[in-house]
Amino acid sequence: MSQLLEIKDLTAGVEEKELLHSVSLTVGAGETHVLMGPNGAGKSTLGSVIMGSPEYAVSGGRLFFEGEDITDDSADKRAKRGIFLSFQNPVEIAGVTLSEFLRNALEQVTGKHLKLWDFKKKLRSCMEILGMDASYADRDLNVGFSGGEKKKAEILQLLVLEPKLAILDETDSGLDVDAVKTVSAGIDEYKKRTGGSLIVITHNTKILEALRVDKTHILAAGQIAAEGGAELVDEVITNGFEKYIKGGK
Amino acid sequence: MKEEKTQVADIDRSLYDFRYEEDERDYLGSGITADIIKEISDEKGDADWMREFRLKSMEIYNKTPMVEWGPSIEGLDIDNIVTYIRTKSRMNTDWNDVPDDIKNTFEKLGIPQAERESLAGVGAQYDSELVYHNVRKEVAESGVVYTDLESAMHDERYAEMIHTHFMKLVPPTDHKFAALHGAVWSGGSFVYVPKGVRLEIPLQSYFRLNAKGAGQFEHTLIILEEDSYLHFIEGCSAPKYYEAGLHAGCVELYVGKNATLRYSTIENWSKNMYNLNTKRALVDEGGKIEWVSGSFGSHVSYLYPMSILNGRGARAEFTGITFAGEGQNLDTGAKIVHNAPDTSSYMNTKSISKSGGISTFRSAVTVNEKAAGSKSAVSCESLMLDRISRSDTIPVMDIRTDKADVGHEAKIGRISDETVFYLMSRGLSEEEAKAMIVRGFADNVSKELPLEYAVEMNNLIGLEMKGSIG
Repeated sequence: MSQLLEIKDLTAGVEEKELLHSVSLTVGAGETHVLMGPNGAGKSTLGSVIMGSPEYAVSGGRLFFEGEDITDDSADKRAKRGIFLSFQNPVEIAGVTLSEFLRNALEQVTGKHLKLWDFKKKLRSCMEILGMDASYADRDLNVGFSGGEKKKAEILQLLVLEPKLAILDETDSGLDVDAVKTVSAGIDEYKKRTGGSLIVITHNTKILEALRVDKTHILAAGQIAAEGGAELVDEVITNGFEKYIKGGK
Repeated sequence: MKEEKTQVADIDRSLYDFRYEEDERDYLGSGITADIIKEISDEKGDADWMREFRLKSMEIYNKTPMVEWGPSIEGLDIDNIVTYIRTKSRMNTDWNDVPDDIKNTFEKLGIPQAERESLAGVGAQYDSELVYHNVRKEVAESGVVYTDLESAMHDERYAEMIHTHFMKLVPPTDHKFAALHGAVWSGGSFVYVPKGVRLEIPLQSYFRLNAKGAGQFEHTLIILEEDSYLHFIEGCSAPKYYEAGLHAGCVELYVGKNATLRYSTIENWSKNMYNLNTKRALVDEGGKIEWVSGSFGSHVSYLYPMSILNGRGARAEFTGITFAGEGQNLDTGAKIVHNAPDTSSYMNTKSISKSGGISTFRSAVTVNEKAAGSKSAVSCESLMLDRISRSDTIPVMDIRTDKADVGHEAKIGRISDETVFYLMSRGLSEEEAKAMIVRGFADNVSKELPLEYAVEMNNLIGLEMKGSIG
């Protein structure tokens, strides 16, 4: 099976501080990977670097997507290739409605003009899956949204944009039980519809219940400390990260 | 006639920066002397009072020192500005009679289409005179007068009304360029809305400078009687030149008892223009003035529409946006004078600066002793797109009663890298991402504009944002 994402010896950081040290990771098409690790291990950094955040500089290693080197691609080019990042803290943009933003984004990633009517139909059906009130479409992007609503809006974008690889950065954090269920249903729907790959950054299992996890990676102090299958998630939930921090080197 | 496209180094403004060659002999002369003033008066057949008014204004102009408190206007060579250019054609009310080159200019600006669509009448100024003017029948039948000011002055029905209102709100003594305006004014619109008439469709004028070095001194006079309503749209765009151009227009608005006037403007002067425009409204009891103002082009602008709330319960609303790009110093704002009890004012402005552009927002709110129970709220937000651009806010308040409620709020910000990254992660290029943020920032102003103007403003933002990266 051909690899979708290949991270080879990736070293990255901000200015003088190296945050990721020679990280290698491979995600196949249709696979679901879980990325766990203690706070400050570099999980979000890794997600951002895969997406192409200019905040971090890559000082070593390469990133490949569908066999092509994307290390020097800007974030928009990566999005057009089919990479998506669900932000831990989605930004608010006043004066731009969710619907207007998403239609623009969809046209950008697909490179096709979409009839307003068709877009609205698609948007409405995706919002229904997430139990979002239709009025959210006409609200300014994330402005005045609660934490849970912002996360739902991220998953809504995932459903509309249908990327090949989605990185979900703690999409479940700060959500109540019902909201986690809704978001999980959304992710499940994304998998069903597109057969896309997932990298799920999380601290708990709730969001993983509906998913078949192929691989788990433990990131500690900017390095991959352990790798395994779905069982590794339960192991970490039971025993914590302690042994990776101490003996992870 | 040869069409010239001017060289555009910074951004693609070719849509706006086109002009046609002027015939040299049409110039009446440069500089301002009594002879020129008299010639203008002869040409226009001015009444005696206007002849005197012009000469007196010229004297005031010569005595008044140059403005020195704002952006530099040193580049403006006033003696070299051709103050008056005769237009080749006289007034037209039928589009078919408009000469072809003038028609082409208008067609590029979309005037005939706009007229066909929803606008009630077009008073477009080509150089110094109105060449095309047509008020739809139903508007005329409602008793509304919409014509060019010069014709109106020669019409005995309006001559007296104009005499009693002309430059009474903005006297030539106001400042040097008001004096210049009084001396050489030419062209402009006159609107009269009778008592109780509420015009649902907006009236539009489109001003445009077309001759190299030409100054434009149009005068707009609007009088609304009791209980009437009018939306007047003023749009400006001018070709780009390397010689300094000057716009010193004057707008005087009289809003009667319980009447409402909405005055919308998008100014898009070419980037060598000095825009020293004076706008003022006098609002009677229970009346309301609503300003919507978008300032884009020009090299230097001084623009502070003033609302004088002169009757109990009079209101003023000002919504404005200023976009200063490379080489631009735009000094804009608004002034409100609360002169009667229970008056209220609301000012909401946005300013954007990029590529070294400077935008300064000035607000001046005066609440007099007689204005007990008045309220005023000023809110201004600025957005700087890079580290070399500048944005200043200068609020002035003069409150002379303790029975007033006055508030001021200012926010200055930059586009955050995180926000740009967020949008880029959804497939938008850096340029598109920034343009989207700026459009969002300007959204509350776009919403106030009629649709085709909102579209034009969004296009202007898009044009201004081009080449903003790197």
